[in-house]
Formats: sequence, structure tokens, C-alpha cells
Amino acid sequence: MSTATSLMTVDGLVTRFNGHGAAVTAVDGVSFDIRPGEIFGLVGESGCGKSATCRSLIRLFGGAPAEVAGGSILFDGLDLATLNDRRMEDIRGARIAMIFQDPMTALNPTMSIGEQICEGLRRHRGLGRRAAREEAVALLASVGVTSPGSRLNAYPHQFSGGMRQRVLIAIALACRPKLLIADEPTTALDVTIQDQILKLILRLRDDSGMSVLLVTHDLGVVAQTCDRVAVMYAGRIAEMGETRQIFRRPAHPYTRALLDALPAHAGRGTKLKPIGGEPPNLAAPPVGCRFHPRCAHAIDRCRQSLPDLHAVEPGHESACLRVEELGL
Amino acid sequence: MSAALVTTNPASPNAVPQADALLEIRHLSKSFAENRNMLQFASGRPARVLQAVRDVSLSVRPGETLGVVGESGCGKSTLGRCIAGLYEPSAGDVLWQGRPLSAIGNRRAASRQIQMIFQDPYSSLNPRMTLQQTLSEALKAHGLGGSGKQRIERVEELLLTVGLPPRLKDRLPHALSGGQRQRVSIARALALEPRLIVADEPVSALDASVQAQIINLFEELRDKFGIAFIFIAHDLNVVRHISHRIAVMYLGEVVELAEADALFETPRHPYTKALLSAIPWPDPEHRVTSTGLEGELPDPLNPPAGCSFSTRCCWVEAACQAQHPTLDTFDPGHLVRCRRMREIN
Repeated sequence: MSTATSLMTVDGLVTRFNGHGAAVTAVDGVSFDIRPGEIFGLVGESGCGKSATCRSLIRLFGGAPAEVAGGSILFDGLDLATLNDRRMEDIRGARIAMIFQDPMTALNPTMSIGEQICEGLRRHRGLGRRAAREEAVALLASVGVTSPGSRLNAYPHQFSGGMRQRVLIAIALACRPKLLIADEPTTALDVTIQDQILKLILRLRDDSGMSVLLVTHDLGVVAQTCDRVAVMYAGRIAEMGETRQIFRRPAHPYTRALLDALPAHAGRGTKLKPIGGEPPNLAAPPVGCRFHPRCAHAIDRCRQSLPDLHAVEPGHESACLRVEELGL
Repeated sequence: MSAALVTTNPASPNAVPQADALLEIRHLSKSFAENRNMLQFASGRPARVLQAVRDVSLSVRPGETLGVVGESGCGKSTLGRCIAGLYEPSAGDVLWQGRPLSAIGNRRAASRQIQMIFQDPYSSLNPRMTLQQTLSEALKAHGLGGSGKQRIERVEELLLTVGLPPRLKDRLPHALSGGQRQRVSIARALALEPRLIVADEPVSALDASVQAQIINLFEELRDKFGIAFIFIAHDLNVVRHISHRIAVMYLGEVVELAEADALFETPRHPYTKALLSAIPWPDPEHRVTSTGLEGELPDPLNPPAGCSFSTRCCWVEAACQAQHPTLDTFDPGHLVRCRRMREIN
């Protein structure tokens, strides 16, 4: 699936968390590519491995005992999976930047906003003190912080959640990354602020041509912002394609069930259609298709072998063995 | 089982004739004084007051679900806590079937009628008590459930009602998933056979597929036991699905109140319009590219003069900032707090 036009090509990524005794394979053979200038979505429910996937890409596990145990991550002619930690540091924050879900804890409370933005500018772009400050003002202005000059000396606690997320985006953009990884960037925000931040990410993508890997659990956010999307379930990609293809013709029973469970898609006065059961324990995942215990269409074949993605239409892949016979 | 839950309630005020409203709140306000440090105290400056809820009047009929929506800090949770008796209102009345809530009796007696379910199923259950202990405690505290053996049966019945297998009764909360824990919270609320449940963001911490299970459970309970709900949430799609009527709050006030469909199809207040257009709609064929609401919520310690929404409203004019608007009838049953509601609609 590697193409000459992709910015990043992930192939067969395996990420393992080594807990007490049992190892949990949170990401198990995930492959996708991100093209220049596109917003690629990773969507799924808690514990499906979407955050573990994007943290594997920049090897940032926050102290958790995790390791990339297999696969390759090709980016800009390098395989990030085999890079040593020192060289990874040169890439992380410079060519690949990341923003996190919780804007309350991602900033250092004891450093002013200005210092935190300038840190990256000086480390990766080698700017002097004054030049870094001027650049920081320009960055804050570009993410929509009003009177940026005077806000440089403010501390994170003086900012609201939405403003902090803007500051984090400014820090992420400081080194003009080619790829921005955004892990649930609006989940902690109110809907009107979420709208502002998503529109900001769209505008910055249009202006700079960077690619965005957007991780979210919200199919509404996917529909409104992503060009292509991968739906993850239990550490695997269940379905991948253009956003329009996935919503128009969901080609995996899990995607279909997720869309059906949305209150927005249920008629007034009708019952919602939840997905029965619970996601599997990844320390002992089910044999065969990971979704089969909850799938209404499961047959013996689904319980025997782990299905891989295959094309159902150009640019649209599904990991369901029965796509054709079910007419999904 | 359904009959048992309703008829065995000894606190059912059968003597009171069926009033139209089960619960009515009139001009309810709740304010909190700012915490001051020594220096601020010594300066002699009076403590600033945060008006979390400002002059809210609402009512709920038996078996009705009233949705309350708004963004963080709009006062929706404070309102819920005032109704459930967890906060003492600063002003205004809470009437239960037309009589002051205090007429039911003390706080304990009121809690038999009004129960609350909280957002976080991880912190609202005691981690060291099994489900059996958690649910029995609620029964014992109110002298319900009879003998120990009867209580065990009652706990099993409650678990079944919320869709949990009774064999889980000896589990501790950590061994349950988020959805299962929220079911336990619901079972605990049901244990007292309340007439009204105040649910404060009960599904926000859950995944979409589990969210749907819990919403269906709420609707089943409403249909089976005739329980009224005050459903507080920020997810507008969820609130629309479950509610009969919806109140939209902004900076402590109700700015619009209408039937659920009317509110979504013909929102009349500028804030409601902005809120609805900000929902990311799960349909990539219809992308909203227009810019939404600018700016953020004003400082609640320092609310704007005049209309609370005037700092972010695109229809604002000088008079909006001078005069505080009242909640007026736009259509029968559709109330709007905007002095230009006729012009802009």
C-alpha cells in the first residue's frame, strides 16, 4: 500500500504494552498511509488502539511500558520504527508535532506561555531570544489569540480550555511540521469551542499544506473534517477509505453498527440501536475476526482466521470476510 | 416487578390530587461567594459573588423528560443539584406537586422522591463496596427492603431491571466496565422508587455504542415506571432524542425553552441557533464551513450588563446591552429571552 505520494507509510505496526505478567498487544498489524496535505482520521471507541497507534508513530508513551514490537513507519525517507531515541528527538516536535486531548495538563503550569512557545523555536529552529519572541507573537496571532504580545507573559492558568488548546496548536506549529498528530484535540471542549478549534485546524492545513492525523471517537467530527478515515476496533483497522465512502457505504458491520447507534441517525421516538456486548480484552483477544462475538452476521469462517483488509471499491478497504455476500 | 416498584412505595403521596406539575421551580437562584485569601479579606473589599443560576423557573410533569443543555459553566449542574437538594437555593422555591419541597419532610424524605445520577461512573461508586453492599446500603438507610434475605432478592431484582446479571452482585466496581457502572448508579437511584431522577451528564463518559444502551434503558424506565427525568447534558443530539421539552441555559439563565422538535427545527434565540450549528453533524455530504460563534463565555463573576449573550451575538444592538431581556412567549409553549426575537426570526 506504500505509494510514492504518501508522506507517511505505516506498515504492519505492532505495539505492545508489557504489564504485570501479561503483555497486551494494543496495536496489532495496522497499516495505513497519510498523504501530503490531507486530514486522515483514526476513529474508534476507548481502548481500540487509536491513541496507542499515534503515540507509536512518535514513540511517546508517557512512561508507560510500551514498545513498538513490529512493522515499519516510513516518513520522509526514514523508518521511524528503527531510529534511535536521539534522532527521534530531532524529528519529534520539528517535522512531526502533536497536540493532546487535555489542554489543562499538556502545558507546564510554571512556565509562561511565551517561554513554552519559544522553547521549540530555539531548540529546533535555532532562533535567538528576540527572534523567537517575535515569531511566538506571530504564531499566537495565527491561531486566533487576541492581543498576543501581552499574552506571552501570561501563565496557563490564566487561559480558558479553548485558549490553551490554541496555545498548544501554536507550539505544535512553531517548527512548521509536515505532520500534525492531534489526539482527541476537542474532546475536553464545549461544542462551540470545538467548532472554533476544528475550523482553525482546517484553515491551518489549507494555509501550510501540512498533513493532519486526527484521532477522535466522534463520527460527527470525522464527517466534518477528515478527507480519509480508518475505523479501528480492538487494535486492528476494520475499515478504511474516503470519509464519504465510509458514510455512504459502510463496508464493515462494526462501522455500520457505530453509525446506527448515533442518536443523530435515529428517528424521533424510535429506540437507539446499541451494539450488544463489550469490546474484547486485548490481553486475550478472540480468535478470528475481533468483532465476531458482537457481530450479527458472524459465521464459522469468521471465527477461524484473522481477516485482512481488502478493497471493496477503489480507495475503500474492509476487513470483513463477508462484505460481498452481505452486500455491505 | 414493574408493579412492585411503584406500588410498594410507602412514601407515595397518594393523598395529594394529581397535580399538573410533579416538580416546579420558581425564580430559583443560586450564588456562591468567592473564596478569599487573608489579604483579600483584610482589604475589606466585599467578596465577589458568582451567580451560578439566575432566576430560573421550570416545571416537570409526571413521566416527562425535561432536557437541560448548555456549555460548561452555564449553571446546568448547579440547577440539578439545587433540585436534588444537594445545594440550598439562594432564592426561589422548589415545589413538589404544588407544595414546598420542605413539606415532604426532611432531606431524607425528599430523596425518596428525587434521586440523582452523576456523570462519572468511576468516582460515584464506593470502590470498596460490592454491588450488593452499595445497593443494600441505599435500602437500609431508608428502612426499605425488609429482612436481610428480602434485601438480597430486592438487589437481584434491581440488577435485572437495569440489565445486569445478578451474579455480578458480589463484584467490586473496578471489575465492571463504564457502562456497567453507570447501570449500577441507575439501580441505586431506582432502589428508592423515586418519582423524579435528575441525571447530570449520565452518558458523557461513555462510548457511543454504550451510550445508546444507557439511553434506551432510561427510556424503558420512563415507560415502565412513569419516572420523570431532568436530563442534563451538553450533547445536543442525545438530549433531543430523549427529551420531551428542552431548556437551553447560558450564563445561569434559561434563554430558550420549547418542545424538543420545535427547539431543533425552529430555534429562536441567537445562542440556540449558534449552538445547533456548532454540532458536528455525522454527514460528510453536508459540511458546515461558515464560521460559528466567536469568542468565549464571559466571566461569570463579571457578567455583561443587559443581555448575557450580547458579547457574542451577531444581532446585538445598543439596547441589548442596556436592558436585561425577559423570557417571553414566542409561540405557545416556546419561550425565548431575546428582545429582538420577532425581528430576527
